[in-house]
Amino acid sequence: MTPPAPAGRLRSSAVVSPTGPPVHAPTGTVRLLAGVSGDDRPVGLGEHLERWGPVPRWKGESLIQEIERSGLRGHGGGWFPVGTKWRAVHRAGLRRPVVVANGSESEPASGKDRLLLCQNPHLVLDGAVAAALSIGAPDVVLHVPDLARQAVEGALAERRRRGLDPCVIEVVTAPDTYLAGQESAVVNTISARNPGRPSFVAVRSVRERGVGGRPTLVQNVESLAHASLIARFGAEWFRSVGTQGSPGSTLLTVSGRWPEPRIVEAPLGQPLGEILGLAPGVERTVQGVLLGGYGGGWLTPSEALAMPLTEEAARHRGSSIGAGVVVLLPGDVCPLLEVSRVVRYLEGQGAGQCGPCVHGLDALAGVMESLAVQPRTLRNGLSDIPTLCALVDGRGACAHPDGVARFVRTALRVFEGHADLHLQRGPCHATHPPVLPLPATRRRSGR
Amino acid sequence: MRRTRIALVVDPVACDGSGVCAELFPEHIGVDPWGYPLISPGEVPDHLLDHAQTAVTGCPRLALTLVRRDG
Repeated sequence: MTPPAPAGRLRSSAVVSPTGPPVHAPTGTVRLLAGVSGDDRPVGLGEHLERWGPVPRWKGESLIQEIERSGLRGHGGGWFPVGTKWRAVHRAGLRRPVVVANGSESEPASGKDRLLLCQNPHLVLDGAVAAALSIGAPDVVLHVPDLARQAVEGALAERRRRGLDPCVIEVVTAPDTYLAGQESAVVNTISARNPGRPSFVAVRSVRERGVGGRPTLVQNVESLAHASLIARFGAEWFRSVGTQGSPGSTLLTVSGRWPEPRIVEAPLGQPLGEILGLAPGVERTVQGVLLGGYGGGWLTPSEALAMPLTEEAARHRGSSIGAGVVVLLPGDVCPLLEVSRVVRYLEGQGAGQCGPCVHGLDALAGVMESLAVQPRTLRNGLSDIPTLCALVDGRGACAHPDGVARFVRTALRVFEGHADLHLQRGPCHATHPPVLPLPATRRRSGR
Repeated sequence: MRRTRIALVVDPVACDGSGVCAELFPEHIGVDPWGYPLISPGEVPDHLLDHAQTAVTGCPRLALTLVRRDG
């Protein structure tokens, strides 16, 4: 199906804007980043509408159906089908739902959500409002880090002057902690009840009972930006890049290769080596590739660069595209030191609510630190590591311990040879500055 | 034929590792090295539902729940 035109008739891939010339759907793989100048200046509303035109109004559940047909999945980390989630919240109950645009982006190596919010905020806002209209939500909450507030509030002011959005939009600052972006933690922050910490939601999810007890759609800002383009150009246009099973494009934050991280938009299904334009043989200068972020997993350089970039291919290898983080770990660093620093950071970022996570992550961080710097103190060699991973996996209120277990298990697989060297010959005398970024945040306070 | 399966779920936020549940229902609940319950995966067999119920009511933190999984 093609989207309804806001006024007049639809012509091929062009949507007729009532205020300007026909707007053409982008034909290449650069979609969300089209029009982003890179000079840190947000795209203004006038320029935005000139490029994309307004979002057409879809009747009833028709946009939910179109999103389902598009195959769009959540780009916050979970890769859950977006249409399925919209439908679930739409049907969740008698009370009117709330839409939360989640831009907290707590993966330290990720920068794509910040880029969208700071430079292309209207695309995100279009998607959030389209979601709200589709599921019958009168309220939208923008959950964004402090540094994106100014750009987002500026964009909102522009929209209010034009009377663009038929819903109430509020901005809430996301805490700068690792778990701040977790779905139930987001709801708790907005509800000002146990802010920044997840709840146990296995029995009833935030889709049924979230902000103020109302059904709540928490959707990553990149997913909403994609949705706003599907609302304009349709599911078939969305599916014209990517693969049948993994349609569309994705934003990636790539680091470890250049002095500064780079944000690229790539079609799903294309191998990372091609996306990054890496010459064959480059994998010899890379020890491992972290995909997804600290909640994702490590891949060997050859599998990472050659496999089609799909969530299924990543999961098949124990990893995930997660939040779109790609770190190429250079050959001259100690990977075990890098990994142990991150595990200790993740331990400190736990909410401190669940016993198995509190004790298990501390034990796991301790073993990984020993492996990195005092490997001879490990009496059981590497065998405690999978045991501890199994003891934390699936045992928290949220998936934090599961993510740490995946990070450690995949690191052990990819850096097994290096771990054996540590056990046999002792630690590396590494002086390289850390590659994997760790924000300078305080440890959690007590329960 | 559809039947109702019953599973035991622990709320890990509420649980403080008292270990009462593992004493009351050792057939289905063990403890980890820190004293927190390790619940056997899968449903609770019919003939053990009484024990499961005892563990649920015995938990001082009300952290255990029996949930129905229709299937």
